[in-house]
Amino acid sequence: MRPILLQGHERALTQIKYNRDGDIIFSTAKDQHICAWFAHNGERLGTYHGHQGALWTVDVDPTSTLIASGAADNTVRLWDIKSGKCLKVWDFNTAVKRVEFNEDGSRLLAVTEKRMGFLGTIVVLNIDLDPEAEQDDEKKLVIECEESKPTVAGWSYLSKYIIAGHEDGTVSQYDAKTGEQLDNTQVHDVDGLITDLQWSPDRTYFITASKDKTAKLVNARDLEVMKTYPTNTPLNSAAITPKKDFIILGGGQDAMEVTQTAARQGKFEARFYHKVFEEEIGRVRGHFGPLNTVAADPQGKGYASGGEDGYVRVHQFDKGYFDFNYEVERQARAAMQQ
Amino acid sequence: MAPSFDHLADMEEDDYAEEEELDFSDLRERFEVQLEQGLDTFVVIDGLPEVTEETRPKLIKFLLRKLDAVNKTREDSIHMPLGEDGKSYKFAFVEYPTPAEALAACKALDMVQLDRKHQLRVNKMTDIDRFGREGRIEEQFVPPKIDEFTEKEHLRSWLADPSGRGRDQFVMYKDDRVQVLWNNDKDAPESIVDRQHWTESFVQWSPQGTFLTSMHQQGVQLWGGPSWTRQKRFAHPFVNLVDFSPTEKYLTTWSNRPISIGEEGHPALTVEDDGKNYVIWDIETGKPLRSFANIELPSNSSDENGQPIKRKIIWPAFKWSADDNYVARLTQGTSISVYELPKMGLLDKTSIKIDGVMDFDWAPATPKRDGVKTYEQLFCYWTPEIGSNPAKVGLMSIPSKEIVRTLNLFSVTDAKLHWQSDAAYLCVKVDRHSKSKKSLATSLEIFRVKEKGVPVEVVDSIKDTVINFAWEPKGDRFVIITTAEVVAPSAVPPKTSVAFYCPEKVKGPGVGNFKHIRTYDKKNSNAIYWSPKGRFVIVATVHSQQSFDMEFFDMDFEGEKPENEKDLTANLQLMNVADHYGVTDIDWDPTGRFVATSASIWKHAMENGYHLYDFKGEQLREEPVEKFKQWLWRPRPPTLLTKEEQKQIRKNLREISKVFEQEDADRGASADLAVVEHRRRLLDEWLAWRSSTEEDIREEREARGLPLDPVEGLIKKTDESEDQVIEEIVEEIVEETEEVMS
Repeated sequence: MRPILLQGHERALTQIKYNRDGDIIFSTAKDQHICAWFAHNGERLGTYHGHQGALWTVDVDPTSTLIASGAADNTVRLWDIKSGKCLKVWDFNTAVKRVEFNEDGSRLLAVTEKRMGFLGTIVVLNIDLDPEAEQDDEKKLVIECEESKPTVAGWSYLSKYIIAGHEDGTVSQYDAKTGEQLDNTQVHDVDGLITDLQWSPDRTYFITASKDKTAKLVNARDLEVMKTYPTNTPLNSAAITPKKDFIILGGGQDAMEVTQTAARQGKFEARFYHKVFEEEIGRVRGHFGPLNTVAADPQGKGYASGGEDGYVRVHQFDKGYFDFNYEVERQARAAMQQ
Repeated sequence: MAPSFDHLADMEEDDYAEEEELDFSDLRERFEVQLEQGLDTFVVIDGLPEVTEETRPKLIKFLLRKLDAVNKTREDSIHMPLGEDGKSYKFAFVEYPTPAEALAACKALDMVQLDRKHQLRVNKMTDIDRFGREGRIEEQFVPPKIDEFTEKEHLRSWLADPSGRGRDQFVMYKDDRVQVLWNNDKDAPESIVDRQHWTESFVQWSPQGTFLTSMHQQGVQLWGGPSWTRQKRFAHPFVNLVDFSPTEKYLTTWSNRPISIGEEGHPALTVEDDGKNYVIWDIETGKPLRSFANIELPSNSSDENGQPIKRKIIWPAFKWSADDNYVARLTQGTSISVYELPKMGLLDKTSIKIDGVMDFDWAPATPKRDGVKTYEQLFCYWTPEIGSNPAKVGLMSIPSKEIVRTLNLFSVTDAKLHWQSDAAYLCVKVDRHSKSKKSLATSLEIFRVKEKGVPVEVVDSIKDTVINFAWEPKGDRFVIITTAEVVAPSAVPPKTSVAFYCPEKVKGPGVGNFKHIRTYDKKNSNAIYWSPKGRFVIVATVHSQQSFDMEFFDMDFEGEKPENEKDLTANLQLMNVADHYGVTDIDWDPTGRFVATSASIWKHAMENGYHLYDFKGEQLREEPVEKFKQWLWRPRPPTLLTKEEQKQIRKNLREISKVFEQEDADRGASADLAVVEHRRRLLDEWLAWRSSTEEDIREEREARGLPLDPVEGLIKKTDESEDQVIEEIVEEIVEETEEVMS
């Protein structure tokens, strides 16, 4: 598995997203522009300029028409993928740490930072997927989080719930229409800030990554922790692979905490675990800084990781990956085919 | 390795901060000393003759003479009340200026004859009040109720491993949890007991493994038995360190804070223990035997501010003889005090004066010297050069205090005493300086304790300084680590050499002279860990920032032996080299089958956890453990099998081990099966959950009138006519041939 190294950013990566077809990769970094790349050869499709601060987050709608981005300049911007034009700017009081489209691209949520006396909030915006259309200014819903600030959030199946991960290791479930908090569960340790939340393809369950060195697979309906993946390093990102029952974890000691010993690596590896058996399967090295984000190709053909080192590494899975099966999985498949 | 004092010092603040209230109320109730303010300076004297108004002054005067013998008393401090009939009640009150004087009077004057007919009974007023008041004491004698005998838990039950595999237990202390576990070699250890906040600073096994010791601000607690209940408590407030006697009869506790017995008293200690630092306890009864204060020695050196630097405490300060009959403490420079157990009185009521004595150590086993029939224990000591007198190493027999052997030495900088575990040899590692005092060299003076006259053999072929020495347990071989450089605290560890020694072969019985086997140069090693059964030894680099090697050696390799080592009683072979990043502690299990190496957060915070190896250096397990602190194997008591039985087992080892090998193989197979079963169950559960969830979602979508795929419809909306078809024409040359046209 020879990775393609994407050297388009000058600073640490913050998020990577594949489009639904898995042919385009969008990446954001602290260097204020978004890059779009062809997944199969790493050629750069283009960049999106306009943000005035470090970019924290990007998401692409399910039809691959628009992308939304959030940045430290307190704005969410909507871009036309094809033309690179900025279609809309929404202003906020604080930095935007996470944006995500719902399953049909009709709504967008944004997570804003708690700072300067403003509470951390989750804001819902209406989106018209037509690049020509006038976008709605109004913030449809604002969920204020008084207890612990949200760090990540996303839409569940049917856009029924908004699920948020918090600084204090809890996960909350909100009614996506009313913004009412339905549930709040301590999923990670109290000091285990939740760094990432990514969905299964059908958005019925999700994976959280935390500074408490674990990742957890959680049921979106009742926030039940179904699986736990312990590691030996703080985690920054976790992704669920389609097609194969694996998960990918990325992390590593924070740059400021890395040991001085040269021979010792800071555990800057992407780790593969079996999703169901919770067993580690393998690791992929390459980055020379902590992994800030990992993303799995929705078509299941590869994955990409972005590091503090400023590089994106795009990997295409080879045959061995697809052939790998536990004996019990092989038996189960054989039983199903009969 | 027993936890040393070093890491305790800085742990104190953090770990003692969280106070867990121990319930000492039952002890307190039993031993509570009731002090009533104000009245404790009064005593009551009974047994006086009856007097009248007239004769009273006479009696008081007479009484005064008796009283003055103890403490000066004034006439007006004696009150002798008279009854209505003008006659006295045959008793008197005496007031003293202080409670201490009152107490002294009680002790000295009670039962003293006043004259032929009258005997004085002197009691404290408070005692009379407490015990003598009506109703306090039953008129009728009621025999004390003796509790029905209840069988106690078997404290050695762990030796019969329920799995029948003779596994060993160990205790692991991590974060604030203490766990005792069975070692399962390759598999995850099986937890036996797991308690949070079991101890406040560290845990320690008793030397034969019977008790697990936990440390608390209020004292020490011992735990044991199959249910891990509390067996004993030793309430030494602010205790820092604890040390057991070798046969688990006694316990020494030490605190850097002197004991202070307040007004309210103490459940176990008395006023006499006030100001003391050490307490020696009887484990069986849980009662203190005697307490001692620290010996404050004038320090030679002082720090920048001119304050004398406090010496590191020597631990254990009270050293036990092998059979627990004696315990001794060194007063550096002057004497050794030997106390006899269980009375804890000084042997012959006097300390043994040894001018300049620097260090001493008991023989770790009851010695069997050639030609000595009477009971004895031995200890060795050394004294430095004083004036023109040479330095001396001495061997003293107790209780006779006879000096069995002395050895004079010159140009001595320092000496270290190393007993072999059977007390067959004593090696004194002598660091000598050259005349110019510029270079150091080490010689090893080996006392053959069991041989007649205790001959001394000198190994002085070593040019460098020996920084570490270790005897083979129960054997007669040893390993040393030497360095040419002076060991200074620097970031770069010194280059060291590791040398192996063994006796040469001799005809007939007896042990030959010690000969050098081999030296391994250019190492960083600094520690030697012999297997408790001998033969195997690990030479390692611990507490280092750069190097973490562990080399596993076999002293009796069964393969070919080098020609030039034919005459030696060893065949040295390096079996394996392992590497454990940040290793701080290495611990052999008591059977010598496994080795646990660990990196403790007490030393550094990098990759804390443990590795488990077998005796060959093959790694079995590796587990990172957050906030890992301690790993201690549970020691085993000495075997109950006779020499004959042991020999029999050794002879039939092949047959016996066959059974166990078969068991191991079976277990391995069933374990694999269990793993597969577990996975199958997980997968079935997962698939079942998936299909039910998918079904639910489909129903919900239908109920809401939404398409099954939320995106499909959206993509169809885009105009198909806009789609472009890009054709890429790739030319591929399949074959190229060249023909020459004529």
